[in-house]
Amino acid sequence: MPILISRDTTCIVQGITGREAVNLTRENLNYGGLKITGGVTPGRFGRDVYGVPVYDCVRDLIRAQGQPDASIVSVPPRFTRDAVFEALENGIRLVVVVTENIPRRQVAQMVELAGLRGARIIGPNCLGVISPGEAKLGGLGGPAENTRQAYMPGPVGLMSRSGGMTTEIASTLTASGLGQSTCVSIGGDAIVGTTYAELMPLFEADPATKAIAIYTEPGGRMEAEFSEWVRANNTRLPVVAFMAGRFMDEMKGMRFGHAGTIVEGKEDSSAEKIARMEDAGISVVERIEEIPVLLRRQLAEQGVAL
Amino acid sequence: MPGIFIDIEVDEAVASDAELAQKLSEVCAVDIFALRNGKLEIIEDNLDECVLCDLCIEAAPKGALRVIKLYE
Amino acid sequence: MRFYEYEAKALFARHDLPLGARRVVNSADEARAAAAEIGGPVVVKSQVLSGGRMKAGAVRFADTPDEAAAHYQAVLPIIVNGERARAVLIEAQSRVAQEYFASVTWDGRAKRPVLLFSDMGGIDIEEVAASHPEHLSRTHFSSLLPVTERVAKEGIAAVGVSGAALNRLTPIVHRLLLIFLRYDLTLAEINPLARLEDGRFIVLDGHLDMEAEARSEHAALLDELGIDSSETRLARPPTAFEIEGARRNAIDHRGVAGNVVEFDGDLGLVIGAGGGSLTLFDAIRRQGGRPANYCEIGGNPSVAKTANLTELILSKPGVEKIAVMMNVVSNTRVDIVARGVIKGCLRAGVNPSEAIAVFRIPGSWEGEGFKILEHYGVAYCDRSVSMFDAAGRAVAKLGAG
Ligand code: SF4
Repeated sequence: MPILISRDTTCIVQGITGREAVNLTRENLNYGGLKITGGVTPGRFGRDVYGVPVYDCVRDLIRAQGQPDASIVSVPPRFTRDAVFEALENGIRLVVVVTENIPRRQVAQMVELAGLRGARIIGPNCLGVISPGEAKLGGLGGPAENTRQAYMPGPVGLMSRSGGMTTEIASTLTASGLGQSTCVSIGGDAIVGTTYAELMPLFEADPATKAIAIYTEPGGRMEAEFSEWVRANNTRLPVVAFMAGRFMDEMKGMRFGHAGTIVEGKEDSSAEKIARMEDAGISVVERIEEIPVLLRRQLAEQGVAL
Repeated sequence: MPGIFIDIEVDEAVASDAELAQKLSEVCAVDIFALRNGKLEIIEDNLDECVLCDLCIEAAPKGALRVIKLYE
Repeated sequence: MRFYEYEAKALFARHDLPLGARRVVNSADEARAAAAEIGGPVVVKSQVLSGGRMKAGAVRFADTPDEAAAHYQAVLPIIVNGERARAVLIEAQSRVAQEYFASVTWDGRAKRPVLLFSDMGGIDIEEVAASHPEHLSRTHFSSLLPVTERVAKEGIAAVGVSGAALNRLTPIVHRLLLIFLRYDLTLAEINPLARLEDGRFIVLDGHLDMEAEARSEHAALLDELGIDSSETRLARPPTAFEIEGARRNAIDHRGVAGNVVEFDGDLGLVIGAGGGSLTLFDAIRRQGGRPANYCEIGGNPSVAKTANLTELILSKPGVEKIAVMMNVVSNTRVDIVARGVIKGCLRAGVNPSEAIAVFRIPGSWEGEGFKILEHYGVAYCDRSVSMFDAAGRAVAKLGAG
């Protein structure tokens, strides 16, 4: 049983007629698994995208075909908050926001409303979620054939602030024979809907997940929150973290890579984060290829059969 | 400047077909084809931008338009 | 995007925050005239974006207009953290009884805005947090519901402020909260926020930082404040190389091939994007390499755009080789990037097989990409070579000459 999504998940695409969304729809359909039942673009009712019917608004879609579980939001930044509000107010419980460059006030508003409605947001500025062999929601891995090459089913839960590096790490795990249970691209912004620490209870409760790999960066407090969670909950899962952007510690106030990646104070530097994670018993590596080596060793020490 | 990676060859019948030229200019996402004075013009500067989508090949009569990879 | 103090105060003034009389000046004569007009003792403050101007001697106190003019001359040439003064602010001196600190920012963990308030203003707030935690309050508030004075009041009262001070501070801090949300700021800070000997409160210094993504939404305001859209306002001013990189990236809207940051090494980097570029930059350094630049390629940039970026990097004095590397790509196309970098090399007048130390981009359309690289004799590797090892190969090539 993967986390967040499964082959029974029903999903819609908001902004489905946009260039990126068309691509994403095709990639998700080709990968198989969950069902994309419909899409929304205002003013485009009656069209279809690879056979997926298009509606003017989420409410119309629900009237025509019933309540979906999830939505992928791929609309321009100016319209994203509205689209996410629309999903939340229509009872959708999982919203994956692909769009980047949304000011954080708007992101905070989406996340706050999601909290009030008991829903979850993944992203923004993310590539979504994949449970290899089961379902994929979003752009992780790209075209279906590339996705199958990089990802395979297995015991490792993967979380990453970088969508591209999610695939790089999965590909390295796969090449070493370690598959993945669920991989989540959580987004590269300063505020994201769901942090590492918020996903941990889900992985902890998932029998398919036997270990965790995470990709981390300087900027923000998400890694500190994660370290605290790991320490406080005495997790059964061995964790290996990769830290990128170590050079940024010497470049305070400069933004690199992602919107949320900036060293402002001591606390959000890579050195401080590494220290905190190691303090919590998390192995922090400097090369991607060390991740599967360490995971195997730790799993073997715990006597977990793969 | 001609492309260094991509070249496009068309039969004479294609080159002088205004309707087809118009169609080609619509299907190509990287503006390699244009209709000029009732004839097909190939914009050399854009040749290397070709994404090998084959839409132009499908739009033209079979075999009358060829996308050539100069690196093969 | 940071505001200069005089810009922050111009915005504060629009929202009726209490400020001392002040003038922005650009010559010693203007400084003298401003001091005379304001009357009484003034402060002469260099306008720079980075902190530490007090330590650098770029803030001085003058009793007379002539003294203000002399201080202008003294303060202007002082470089603060590598930064030259944009202008000088002349402001009336205030008789301060106590200094407070009020700051609004985003808390990425709580995913909400948070008000930080202290009755120990004027000094480093991290120090207050460490040594006098009871003098610093943190009050989160909603970004969705209307923000009323209650938030400010609770934050101020939490450090033990009561009486007239509480009631006078509350509307000031409340306005700061509203300014923070209204203008998409990532920081809105008043420090010090001073209580004068007569009991009034006044903003002595302020810091505002606007989210880069929201600049277009507030274009009219920025225009009125005289902030040009080309100003990056980052921690350090952009170099000519970086400005040229931004220009080349902006010409063509397809994908990203830019975000160039200059470094003083000799290995040019054509890398991308997001997390991949951070990983690769570290890897190059760990392998003993000295990057000449940071950059990002993402989405699907045109061949011309990638060629432009490559040409720019190769034009940097001392750069003879570039490393072209990415994580496994699923959106960006390997063949299109390969064409772009080869074309950039040719345009720069160098042989791609010599100039490209290593090409490591696995992923979509890699078969087609590798054919192109083979045709030009460029060394490449697939995903079986890690990012770290690919960086090592590039550095080794550079060492070998
Ligand atoms: S293959 Fe596609 S991109 Fe290339 S010329 Fe034809 S239509 Fe244009």
